[in-house]
Amino acid sequence: MISNKETIVALAAQQKRLDQRGLLEYRKPIVIETDISWTAEGSARVQIGSTVVLAGVKLSIEKPYNDTPDEGGITVNVELLPLSSPKYESGPPGMAAIELARVVDRGIREAKAIDVKKLCITPGEKAWFVIIDVVTVNDAGNLFDAAGLAALAALNSARFPMVNKETGVIDYKHKTTTPLPLVKQPLPLTVYKINGQLMVDLSTNEEIAYDARLTVASDKDGTISALQKGGSEPLTVEEIDAMMTIALEKARFLREELQKQLK
Amino acid sequence: MVYKQRLDGRKDDELRPIEAKAGVIPNATGSASFKIGKTWALAAVYGPRELFPKFLQNPKEGVLRCHYGMMPFSGSGERVRPGSNRRAQEIAMVIGKALEPVVDLSAFPNSVVDVYIDLPQTDAGTRCAGLSAASMALADAGIPMKDMVSSVAVGKVDNRIVADLDYREEHIEEFNPESEGASVSDIPVAVIHNTGEVVLLQMDGKISKIELVTALRLAQKVTEKIYLEQKRALLERFPRE
Repeated sequence: MISNKETIVALAAQQKRLDQRGLLEYRKPIVIETDISWTAEGSARVQIGSTVVLAGVKLSIEKPYNDTPDEGGITVNVELLPLSSPKYESGPPGMAAIELARVVDRGIREAKAIDVKKLCITPGEKAWFVIIDVVTVNDAGNLFDAAGLAALAALNSARFPMVNKETGVIDYKHKTTTPLPLVKQPLPLTVYKINGQLMVDLSTNEEIAYDARLTVASDKDGTISALQKGGSEPLTVEEIDAMMTIALEKARFLREELQKQLK
Repeated sequence: MVYKQRLDGRKDDELRPIEAKAGVIPNATGSASFKIGKTWALAAVYGPRELFPKFLQNPKEGVLRCHYGMMPFSGSGERVRPGSNRRAQEIAMVIGKALEPVVDLSAFPNSVVDVYIDLPQTDAGTRCAGLSAASMALADAGIPMKDMVSSVAVGKVDNRIVADLDYREEHIEEFNPESEGASVSDIPVAVIHNTGEVVLLQMDGKISKIELVTALRLAQKVTEKIYLEQKRALLERFPRE
C-alpha cells in the first residue's frame, strides 16, 4: 500500500482514509477472547483489524504500602514485543511502552475500578496485588484502545487462585470461582486529529501522520477517569470538546462488543 | 514405587494434542503458532535485514539471531519478570544452534535474520515448542532451508521412557503419591527430519547410556509426528496449485 504522510494528510482534507474507512469507523474484525492463557489468573486476546494484543492478570500476596495498610494494589505493564513489529527492539521498555502502560493504568486506577480495600487480607500485613501485563503480538496501530480493551477483558475473566490455609502460600495451579472486586468498567478510547479532521482507530500507516491525539478513559455511565493528550500539535477547547463526544460514543460501541463477546 | 500409568493416561510414545499454524503475525516476514498440550509458542521471523551494529556483520553470509521469552503471565507459578535472563539467553542460543544446520543464509551477506519466540502459556517443553514454531516461521518467511527441525522433549519418569513430558510429569513426586523418591530426567531433543540427525540435545537428571539411546530413538520416532503437523500447517498456508 502506498502510504506516505502527504497522502494521508491530503486524504484527510477530503474526509477520506487510505483504506476507505469512515473517519469514525473501527477496523474489522473486533475479536475479544478470554481465558487464552491457563497460567494467568485472567487473560484475554483482543484483535482490532490486524492489531493483536494479549493481556494476562497475575495475582500475588504482598505487604500493603505503609500509607495504605488496608489496601491491595494494581500495576499495569506493557511489553512492545519485537515479535510484533519490525520497529521494536529487545531491551527495557521505551517511552511508547511506558506511556501506554501509564494510560491504561490510570484509566483503571482513577476510576477505582478495583475495590482495593477488598484486596486486603490482613491490614498492614497481607493484601492481594494485581498485575496486568499487556503484550503486543501484531502492532498494526491503535495500541491504546486495544491494550485498554484487553486489560479490561482480562480483569473480567480473572479468578483468585486457591490459598493454602495453613501456610498462606498461593496454589497457582488451582483457581477459585471468585472474581476480582471489579466495580467499574473503564475503557480508554483514542481520538486522533489529522489535518483538522478527527478520526479513530488509526492503522500503523496513519499513525505517522497525526498531529494530536486524545485518549479518554470512561466508564459505562460516561464518567471520565483519565485523559492523555499526545502528539506535537495543540488542540483548541472546541476540538477537545468534540473529541470527548466522539470518545464517549465510540467507547459505548467498544463496550457493546466487549459485553457481546465476554461469556 | 513404579510409574504404572502416565498421569494423563497417554501412551509412552503419545504426544499431547498439537495445533500448528503458519502465518499468524502479519507484520513478520514469517511466523507460526505451535501449541502442544497447554504449552503455546509464537514465533516471528524478521529479515533478512541489515545487521547493526555493523561490526557484527558477516560479509560471507547472513547471521541467524534467536530470541526467547516467556510472557509475564505464562509461568504456572508467580509472574515471570519481563526481560531477558540467563535461562532465556541459553535457550535462545541452543535454539539458534539447532536451526543453523538447516538454514542457508549464504545469499544474505551482512544481514541478520531475527527469530523471536514468545510464549503466552507454558506447561513444560517450551524450548521444544519454540523451536518447532521457529522452524515453521523460517519456512513461512521463505528463508532457504534444507529441511525442517522438529523438536520434543523425551525423558525418563521413574522407570518409564516417555515422550513429551508435561509439568506434572517433570514434578512427578509432587503429583503422584506412588512415585515417592522417583527420579525424572528431562531430555529436550530436536531432529532434522530427513536425516534423523540430532541438532539439540540437553539433559537434566539421571539416565544410563542404554536408556539415553532408547530415549533418542523414541525422540526420532515421535518428532516425525511433529514434522507432519508442521508440514500440514505450511501446506495449509501455501496450498499446492
